[in-house]
Amino acid sequence: MNIYVLVKRTFDTEERIVVSGGKIQEDGAEFIINPYDEYAIEEAIQVRDAHGGEVTVLTMGGEEAEKQLRTALAMGADKAVLINVEDDIDELDQFTSAQILADYLKDKNPDLILAGNVAIDGGSGQVGPRVADLLDINYVTTITKLEINGTQVSIVRDVEGDSEVIETSLPLLVTAQQGLNEPRYPSLPGIMKAKKKPLDEVELDDLDIDEDDVVAKTETIDIYLPPKKEAGRVLEGDISAQVTELVQLLRTEAKVI
Amino acid sequence: MTKKVIVLGEAREGVLRNVSFEAIAAAKKISGGGEVVAILLGDSVQALGNEMIHYGADRVVTVEHPHLKTYTSDGYSQAFMAVVENEKPDAVVFGHTALGKDLSPKVASKLQSGLISDVTDIEGEGDGAVFIRPIFSGKAFEKVKIKEGIVFVTVRPNNIEPLAHDDSRSGDVSSVSVDITNLRTIIKEVVRKSTEGVDLSEAKVIVAGGRGVKSEDGFEPLKELADLLGGAVGASRGACDADYCDYSLQIGQTGKVVTPDLYIAAGISGAIQHLAGMSNSKIIVAINKDPEANIFKVADYGIVGDLFEVIPMLTEEFKKMKSN
Repeated sequence: MNIYVLVKRTFDTEERIVVSGGKIQEDGAEFIINPYDEYAIEEAIQVRDAHGGEVTVLTMGGEEAEKQLRTALAMGADKAVLINVEDDIDELDQFTSAQILADYLKDKNPDLILAGNVAIDGGSGQVGPRVADLLDINYVTTITKLEINGTQVSIVRDVEGDSEVIETSLPLLVTAQQGLNEPRYPSLPGIMKAKKKPLDEVELDDLDIDEDDVVAKTETIDIYLPPKKEAGRVLEGDISAQVTELVQLLRTEAKVI
Repeated sequence: MTKKVIVLGEAREGVLRNVSFEAIAAAKKISGGGEVVAILLGDSVQALGNEMIHYGADRVVTVEHPHLKTYTSDGYSQAFMAVVENEKPDAVVFGHTALGKDLSPKVASKLQSGLISDVTDIEGEGDGAVFIRPIFSGKAFEKVKIKEGIVFVTVRPNNIEPLAHDDSRSGDVSSVSVDITNLRTIIKEVVRKSTEGVDLSEAKVIVAGGRGVKSEDGFEPLKELADLLGGAVGASRGACDADYCDYSLQIGQTGKVVTPDLYIAAGISGAIQHLAGMSNSKIIVAINKDPEANIFKVADYGIVGDLFEVIPMLTEEFKKMKSN
């Protein structure tokens, strides 16, 4: 089975966000594989181990994203591809990202493409379904279970807490929701092996796409931090008096009840 | 220039969701005085049309088909695109719900348009509209505008104030027939886990438990309080990892991002990943045994104490208040 995983390099979840001049400051920040993409990588490895084939992890960005690709290879992916657009494109949005990824994938004949259901930085959750639409294959988002039998696929999908049991078929793109699996940590032998696995770098020139075709449709004009919350009031006295006071405060001061 | 804006309404179990009315309010701003057309898709939605008009839509177009009874991206995109071809809108608004999140990227791809997802506020109107959305799970915000093409946004439930309900408003409710074919996805079964029916992302009140809840049964007093207040129960990752509850309840950087009017955090320490999912709530109440717990730093009101003592007392106090 020919399996691709779309991966994004994101800020570590522990990072505090620093903004200056309307931009997020990246200096000194720790980067990780987007946590939802880790579920996608783990699932891809399990599908390959059960059905045979090859797992390729694919990302877009600058050279620094090689680190996250090596981590995915150390988890057990077979190959990695970095589409390096750093020199060609100033601003990517979901439209352009999907155009580029789909253009790369269009002659690769993937049976299964996996991605995270959302990236924890931009949080748009668009790129996976957009890629599927451009490739004219079906997609199912926020999946928590995947079973493949020949070309038949059974899926459980999370829909705002409820579960949908779905039947569909390959080729298919799915996006991973938490609960799909427990992503493995790279083992030491895995890390050693990953150093020798192929990691190809592709530039926009290598694709069948013009810079004019990838002009962003949206533009971020400012980034800012939410107003700082003032420290609240920790109530005092015996517990029952505190509870009475709290209900009063919620009614009369906060006016939320 | 005024804009013609299409809004996709969304019904659950035959009732329109609030986010549909919030989307109409957003569409009004984007239209800059232009026409707002609501679309309803389903197997039986004609009767819901007037409600969309009472909340501010000028006109409603419905598509009814047996294949639209349950949502699939193929069925809904075919029906929606058929209406778009007739209407030729300048802008489109969806709710940022499970359905909206799944369908909007496909529609945007077909329209070759940008899409600004998860909008929580709109500044300006008409051509000058600028959209505000949280990034890094609410640790920061960005202002985004559409540079070119159709203006397409999804709005986060509970953030944009709907217009006042006005049942004297009237408008045309028409239906379009669309041939829906080649569904590649078959929904075999829907397993309802969220029993009380209040959706976490739309809840005005959330009572959330963390590791301090200690067991599955420990969530019972939280449920009782949430039910009394017409709210929903949520959880921290710690509580989900410990199997006290289902991951569908998880609030945080991985998990759901919520903005209720009242968030009661019980036995939650307040890890940065959890705060990312709830810190934009209007009022936060923290209940924790540990006075040093991080959650007190974002709470408006805190009680240092055992949640198993405090939560039932709180429930009783609210009951007293309600009976008065």
